[in-house]
Amino acid sequence: MVHTGFNIIIKALFLFRAFARQNPDLNPSSVVGFSPFLGALLATIHYCLVAPKFRRESNDSIDQIQEATMSEEESSSNSGSDESMSEDERREAPKNDFSSIWDLPDVPKGQLPPHLTRQKTRVFCKADAPTHTDNVQYSGAYASIGVDNSLQIDFFRKNFRVEVIKLDKDVMEFDMIGIDAAIANAFRRILISEVPTMAIEKVLIANNTSLVQDEVLAHRLGLIPISADPRLFEYLSANDTPNEKNTIVFKLHVHCKRGEPRRSVYSEELQWLPNGSGFAKESERSDAKSSTYTSFNCSQDSVPEFSNNPIRPTDDKIILAKLGPGQEIELEAHAVKGMGKAHAKWSPVGTAWYRMLPEVVLEENVVGEDAEELKRKCPVNVFDIEDMGNGKKRATVARPRACTLCRECIRGEKWEKRVSLLRVKDHFIFTIESTGQLPPEVLFTEAVKILEDKCQRVIDELS
Amino acid sequence: MEHGSIKDPSRATFSFVDEDHTLANSLRYSLNQDARVSYCGYSIPHPSDARVNIRVQTTGDPAREVLKDACQNLKLMCQHVRTSFDESVADFRNNEPSKMETSDSEN
Repeated sequence: MVHTGFNIIIKALFLFRAFARQNPDLNPSSVVGFSPFLGALLATIHYCLVAPKFRRESNDSIDQIQEATMSEEESSSNSGSDESMSEDERREAPKNDFSSIWDLPDVPKGQLPPHLTRQKTRVFCKADAPTHTDNVQYSGAYASIGVDNSLQIDFFRKNFRVEVIKLDKDVMEFDMIGIDAAIANAFRRILISEVPTMAIEKVLIANNTSLVQDEVLAHRLGLIPISADPRLFEYLSANDTPNEKNTIVFKLHVHCKRGEPRRSVYSEELQWLPNGSGFAKESERSDAKSSTYTSFNCSQDSVPEFSNNPIRPTDDKIILAKLGPGQEIELEAHAVKGMGKAHAKWSPVGTAWYRMLPEVVLEENVVGEDAEELKRKCPVNVFDIEDMGNGKKRATVARPRACTLCRECIRGEKWEKRVSLLRVKDHFIFTIESTGQLPPEVLFTEAVKILEDKCQRVIDELS
Repeated sequence: MEHGSIKDPSRATFSFVDEDHTLANSLRYSLNQDARVSYCGYSIPHPSDARVNIRVQTTGDPAREVLKDACQNLKLMCQHVRTSFDESVADFRNNEPSKMETSDSEN
């Protein structure tokens, strides 16, 4: 009898699952939280009256766990029915009409029921807070209902899509569809902090009589984007000597003559020195051959990439300082390769960001005066009015992409039921703002390559 | 670096130096897609240390191999992202001049 009691509880659980599927609006957690005692009571009733119908046919079990549970149920329901069923009931139950609970029409076979699919693929933006914001990553998350949640690489290849929306010299916007936020965010993080660029790191100041202090001036110089392809350079390590492969040298010598008006110093006045530093290094030994702060073996001019396209700041009119009459700045600036995680001056992007595609769904028809009101409510004009003939009007969602999620349209109780604000979890509108060293499309491919390299390094390490 | 036991290779913690959420979160995602993984997670023990620990427990296969497969999968995904991105950019570039031509001819 202990065995029978155990089976009653198992039956109760199955019954509740079937119940939950028939009522998609029901929150699954409320079913789980249902009092087990009440459940057991209901199950007993169910066990006596309905259970004989649910005898299992051995043809299609969805997975092994279910098979095990079901066969246990079958074996005991045979023994149990002998005790609890009356003779009449036994005669009524047709002997060959065995059907498993898994044969019921609402049982998902290999795919999720619509309400779970929606919860898995959309963020719900409710009036007070967003819900279902997390991604269901675990491959066995839906194993209990026989759905495989693992991602096959072929499936990814078939479904992944990129659509370029806008592409110019500095800014790029594209849609990345069919990828998880974990990967999209990795690309974003790499773009901001791990794609290398060249930036001024060392400033040798020979003379500065301007109002701008040396350290402030050096900092301002560091932030100037320099149009030199960082892939042609190497990192300068602490023990390296600066040479033509790891350092770019600029000279700045500006002077405001007495009697002339005040003047600005612009980034265009930085002059590239392809032969390296012109400042002689002070040596303790007076007889030593005069050396400079860099040791270039050849001119950077001779590199074909630079001979036609001299290295210079990407923007000409960045003000570095202002000089009054008689003031002078003379300095040398050394640019090296670095990454944004060391200092933001090496970040190749102004910023890079993504947002999930907004989706606005009208859960019921909004007509007449209400349609006008809905159109008026939206500050970014997401909705349009459709003329249905004979003066009837209906609201339609015309520009969901413009939605800023201000939630103005779901203010008020009646509106929250009518309009659903959703975000598609695997559709990213990605924007990259380049600072000008590299075009944005190159930056993205570089970022993806960096993630690949990271994976390869782990594989090598573990092999 | 791997911290595991000799007796049971199916569970191990891997410690990566000079890595952060960027790789760890992507790897966690990739590991989660593998049906052999029973548990995976990562932690950054201290924000000042450039170090991340990734925990992998499997249903039987060696954790090291499963992690390697996850890396391989992630790499394949990246390669596919790169090729489809390049294609889309090329497509966009090819269509762009034609658009401009038509607008010019209209004027």
